[in-house]
Amino acid sequence: MRRVGGGFLALIALTLPLWLPSAYHLHVAIMAGIFGVLALSLNLLLGYTGQLSLGHAAFFGIGAYTSALLTLTLEWSFWPALAAAIALAGAAGWFIGRLSLKLRGAYFVLVTISFAGVISLVSVNWIELTNGPLGLPGVPAPELGPWSLRTKTTYYYLVLAAVALSYAVSRRLVGSRIGRAFVALRENEALAESIGVDVTHYLVLAAVVSAAMAGLGGSLYAHYTRFVSPEVFLFSYTVTMVIMVVAGGKGTLAGPLVGAVLFTALPEVLRAATSWQWQMLAYGVLLVLLVVFMPRGIVPHINAAFSRTPRP
Amino acid sequence: MEQLLQHLVNGLVLGGTYALLGIGLTLIFGLMNVVNFAHGEFYTLGAYAAFAALGWAGVDFFTAVLAAIAAGAALGWLCEVTLLRPLRSESIDTTMLVMIGVWIAMQNGELLVWGGVAKSIPHPFPTAPLVLGPVAIAPLRLFVLLIAAGLIAASWLLIQKTKLGRAMRATFQDRDTAALMGVGIGRIHAATFAFGSALAAAAGALLGPVFLAYPSMGDLASLKAFSVVILGGLGNLPGATLGGLLLGVAEELGAGYISSGYRDAVGFVIIILVLLFRPAGLFARQERIA
Amino acid sequence: MLAVRNLAVRFGGVTALEGVSFDVRPGSITSVIGPNGAGKTTAFNAITGYLRPTGGRVSYDGVTLTGLRPSAIAQRGIVRTFQRTSVFRSLSVENNVMTGLHLRGTAGFLAVLLGRRRLADEERHLASDAAAIIEFVGLAHRRREAASALPYGEQRLVELALALAARPRVLLLDEPGAGMTGAEKTVVSGLIRKVREQNVTILLVEHDMRMVMGISDTVIVLNGGRVIAEGAPAEIQAHPDVIRAYLGASHGSA
Repeated sequence: MRRVGGGFLALIALTLPLWLPSAYHLHVAIMAGIFGVLALSLNLLLGYTGQLSLGHAAFFGIGAYTSALLTLTLEWSFWPALAAAIALAGAAGWFIGRLSLKLRGAYFVLVTISFAGVISLVSVNWIELTNGPLGLPGVPAPELGPWSLRTKTTYYYLVLAAVALSYAVSRRLVGSRIGRAFVALRENEALAESIGVDVTHYLVLAAVVSAAMAGLGGSLYAHYTRFVSPEVFLFSYTVTMVIMVVAGGKGTLAGPLVGAVLFTALPEVLRAATSWQWQMLAYGVLLVLLVVFMPRGIVPHINAAFSRTPRP
Repeated sequence: MEQLLQHLVNGLVLGGTYALLGIGLTLIFGLMNVVNFAHGEFYTLGAYAAFAALGWAGVDFFTAVLAAIAAGAALGWLCEVTLLRPLRSESIDTTMLVMIGVWIAMQNGELLVWGGVAKSIPHPFPTAPLVLGPVAIAPLRLFVLLIAAGLIAASWLLIQKTKLGRAMRATFQDRDTAALMGVGIGRIHAATFAFGSALAAAAGALLGPVFLAYPSMGDLASLKAFSVVILGGLGNLPGATLGGLLLGVAEELGAGYISSGYRDAVGFVIIILVLLFRPAGLFARQERIA
Repeated sequence: MLAVRNLAVRFGGVTALEGVSFDVRPGSITSVIGPNGAGKTTAFNAITGYLRPTGGRVSYDGVTLTGLRPSAIAQRGIVRTFQRTSVFRSLSVENNVMTGLHLRGTAGFLAVLLGRRRLADEERHLASDAAAIIEFVGLAHRRREAASALPYGEQRLVELALALAARPRVLLLDEPGAGMTGAEKTVVSGLIRKVREQNVTILLVEHDMRMVMGISDTVIVLNGGRVIAEGAPAEIQAHPDVIRAYLGASHGSA
């Protein structure tokens, strides 16, 4: 049943460009994919190890800037730049993980916010490198061998591959002893240590993988919009990721993706009717309502409706 | 040397309002175990409330500051009663997410009402600075410093001398015992949140005329309040006062001697460094979040 | 052999443990008893790395444990349970034990991302180990239920299963019978004996004297942070210092 459903969804995802009515719809699908990668990334930390990072836009931004700068100033091609973006964001995740080894809850949140704040200020002020608030225009479109991936359709497949990769990595981790160690850390740290789980090691590992994944999203974003500015560090990106994960269902694999699709499509629908401010206001209210009335998220609610056994 | 003194004076003006922000946050954090990410929004609210009172109601500046404080207290009370009270038995993570939601909603609500253009709040003070020996200070800034000092002193009196303050201290020490002693937790929490929010609103109303009022001004205010709380220690009132002054001075020095572009980085760096090197003292109460 | 030498723990000015020394013979069941506040749980915390002792040394087979993280101590085969029930509440019994099997797994990050056959084999082995452990503590019928949904006594069995999953050589049990009914305590005593038969050394803190005297080979008595007596159950029951400590304590606390 589950497998059939998954196959059906995969089929829809693969054929999407064929039956979407316009390039605009495809654009929304691409953004949903990029946010899907980001939401999966945040979910590893928030959903599985239970640590809320409110500085996730920093990893996203580091990925975007790394990729943009390497292709623009050093004229690297897309693929090595992408790899470097993932690596550098992962290194930043390692740094944050090491930094906050002993910090939990609100203190972890504060360190991640502060880190993002510092990085964002650097992107504005280090004008020789980043061109400051004006940003970096003209980020090249990626190429695959002789083919340019400039069109929306090809870019869609590139993003889809990234989503599939992120999903596969998450799924493999979660289903393994590493994922069980993550959950142990979330559920009860003292108990986790008592059965031999080196909590700090797994926290750092989760931070690295999560940050690297966000870096992947950042690189894809940079080469899609072809423009990077300090706006990539905007707090609203982090908030969007958090809402996607919490709404979809933190600590589930499908939840972040459901959240990403929903919360990329919803604002686009709302946009026709209302202004951006109303949207963000609605986001805030929605987050409050979700936490109060559906604290576990959409996917766990649906799962609970279908079966009675609790799933981790 | 004169330049240094000048920076110190400017730092104290900022620091006084940071202390107001920090005291409110540290009380809410320490007493209610709520990480109030919406704290800075009450600061914004204070600035806009003063602006509205001046422009719409046409009251004088001092009444406007009082109105801002009242608005902060009222909305803080409302927020506690409607949102936090039903969630009191939930984990700290849950209330934190709710307050993040409140933060976003309030900020964008302000954006809708006031628009994105920064508002300048008029004040009755002459712009010519008072020259006191080697330093010059704008009369408005002096006023801000004095009122902030007065409010800090008032908070002290409230906590130390009143019945409400005693109940708050008892709750902070031990929630269960305080409840046994007949302290009404619901009332204490509502009072604490209203009081903390009122202080934040006061800070906004005071600093609003010094700088400008704009919808996202609360983001940095929140972060500064958190820096102050972390510097001073959780639930520590004298700590928050000193921490506020210290942060204000550190920012002025950073902006003056390093680069003004990195002024706001000082708070971030303080958060990271303090948590890094003094975590034991700071998170002793925090150890079992899970 | 687990050896505790001159262990001392002070909190601020308060001395919780002072000059505590004892050995836990391999394959024995050794109990630590004493009035409330005697320092029993403090000793457990210091031995298992949850508390850094102010002085003294703990070693296992000559290897120093003092100063290691709890997880590193668990890796060396010294595994504990907690006084307050500790299970992964939202996980099923099965997943609790699977998590407890952490140290039996070997797959690292790359193996998890890239592995195929070997990874699947390992998971299958772990699952069958988990099933065996759940069977051993008698919770097979509860396998798929969330730990938090179980009655108290069964939650304590999940806790025991978790500890066993970590493949202990020395198992430290902090009041395994606390809050249990008489029948449940008998079950737990039986399980402890069976665990010992598998060559696991047991060190336990327990208040229930009937249970302690029934299963222990050696009993160590702590009072005021010091060892005041050590010996076979019969010796301890007749020991004048022990009687005095318990009478004094009951005067003070009751």
